[in-house]
Amino acid sequence: MLGYFVRRLLATIPVIAMVAFFVFALLYLTPGDPAAVIAGDIATVADIERIRHQLGLDQPLLPRFWSWASAVLHGDLGISIFTNLPVTQLIGQRVEPTLSLALCTLIVAVLVAVPMGVIAAWKAGKLIDRLVMLFSVAGFSIPVFVLAYLLIYLFAIELDWLPVQGYTPLHEGLWPWLRHLILPSIALGTIYIALIARITRATMLDVLAQDYVRTAHAKGLAPGVVLMRHALKNAAVPIVTVIGIGVALLISGVVVTESVFAIPGIGRLTVDAIIRRDYPIIQGVILIFSAVYVLVNLAVDLSYRLFDPRIQY
Amino acid sequence: MAVVTDALPAPVPVSRSPTWLRIRQALRRHPTALLGALMLLLLICMALLAPFLGTVDPQAISPVRRLREPSEMYWFGTDMLGRDVYSRVIYGARVSLAVGLTVAALATTIGLAIGLVTGFVRWLDGIVMRVMDGLMSIPGVLLAIALIALTKASLENVIIAIAVTEVPRVVRLIRSLVLSLREQPFVDAAIAAGTRTARILTRHILPNTVAPLLVQGTYICASAMLTEAILSFLGAGTPPNIPSWGNIMAEARSLFQIANYLIFFPGIFLSLAVLSVNLLGDGLRDALDPRLARNM
Repeated sequence: MLGYFVRRLLATIPVIAMVAFFVFALLYLTPGDPAAVIAGDIATVADIERIRHQLGLDQPLLPRFWSWASAVLHGDLGISIFTNLPVTQLIGQRVEPTLSLALCTLIVAVLVAVPMGVIAAWKAGKLIDRLVMLFSVAGFSIPVFVLAYLLIYLFAIELDWLPVQGYTPLHEGLWPWLRHLILPSIALGTIYIALIARITRATMLDVLAQDYVRTAHAKGLAPGVVLMRHALKNAAVPIVTVIGIGVALLISGVVVTESVFAIPGIGRLTVDAIIRRDYPIIQGVILIFSAVYVLVNLAVDLSYRLFDPRIQY
Repeated sequence: MAVVTDALPAPVPVSRSPTWLRIRQALRRHPTALLGALMLLLLICMALLAPFLGTVDPQAISPVRRLREPSEMYWFGTDMLGRDVYSRVIYGARVSLAVGLTVAALATTIGLAIGLVTGFVRWLDGIVMRVMDGLMSIPGVLLAIALIALTKASLENVIIAIAVTEVPRVVRLIRSLVLSLREQPFVDAAIAAGTRTARILTRHILPNTVAPLLVQGTYICASAMLTEAILSFLGAGTPPNIPSWGNIMAEARSLFQIANYLIFFPGIFLSLAVLSVNLLGDGLRDALDPRLARNM
């Protein structure tokens, strides 16, 4: 088990290195002059030269990548072009709102989606199953920001139950913090719920058709026990896998959700960086989010054993 | 006797491939897939016929008439520059559909080419798949943002950026198909008969990738339309001088509390467009991919 863990952890290094190299090499691979694009339309020749030097574009790719990568390994993601502050510091200041939103959404999504999928599979073909499937197709089709505005319109403007926008840090109290996260979490979580519910239903249908489920029913176990202990536990591996894969949706959605709800997190930082074409920030954000994504999926892989003792590493 | 003759399966015309037949069957059997196909067709007609649908120039500015509520005169109201939102939404369909369809075509073609090569040229496989793993671990929207931040804003660049994020998934799909098809007896037989690799690829492998590619293509189309809207909404997408659904909504962000129709009309159209492609995709998957279709 430990050997496997170490091997898998080591295997993520080339993937993250690949991401780092790609994000870095983009500066060199994109057609045209990125320094000129980043500098904008009203830049002087001196501005463009300054940015070219700051990004290291006046040096060849590989030596430059080497010095950048070793800086990254020392926790230095470079300097923001616009604010001249270290990217690590800018990102560090904004971790809390993003982490709050992502965790809140993740928890809500799993708590809603898994029971939804289980019930849909249990009542397959019935009205409730149809409704769950309808919800899931709709959830895949509504863009997160349209849903966000719809929720704001209904619950913040018309009903006035929840705040329109903003974020309150956790240390100012649990309820104010939570109140600001309810609408963003629902908006962000819907597509994720659709995804998880759909996989849960599909896997549960497979498992419910197994002989041991019929046996469990035949020996008179309560339907709830069969559903939870016999079926859901055996359906867990694909469900957990999709929860891991879906984190990519969550990350992309965080950027949009934060800008609709004016949450001062990493997503907002990214959007501001796009407008100012502050590439070092974009680079840093992508690197960190991708690393998180890879590590989450590593954790998912390692969790299989918990659900299915037959899996040998 | 007549009954018996009727019961015999009708001879399948040679020109029709089984894939096409199965799609027709699926459309007949799944009313939702048919609904999706019809909605999509309607949207395509709307995009093509935009100038004839009672629209005015979607870029015509008229500050006197800015921010008019939806009315008989301005069906979807006017925006902060007095432009007619109905016209902008109708013309916006062109951008969404063009991006969705082009990205789907581009990503499946490139992915197919790379997937076929990696599936057959073994020494390339390791390298290419590591690159694809790397690309796939960057969340799609962020990757597209990075690509666009470094290039001039244009519709072509948006399409290329989104296609780049979709290619790895197609490569994975094709590679796994090729790897399993290579083990099939009919491929063994072709190799034993001395068939050249190129011919095995075109004759035996390629036809078997059509159905899964078609299904994947519809999902890519749906996801590309969403990504384009998200990119435009974030200010990293289609240039503001082209009316796209994402752009209309992006411009309305600060006005949401006074003019929410600026977000809701394009939002409804975008959701319907994505929904129609998704419904079609689900139907196609049911018809063409029996292994996946059973329970989804």
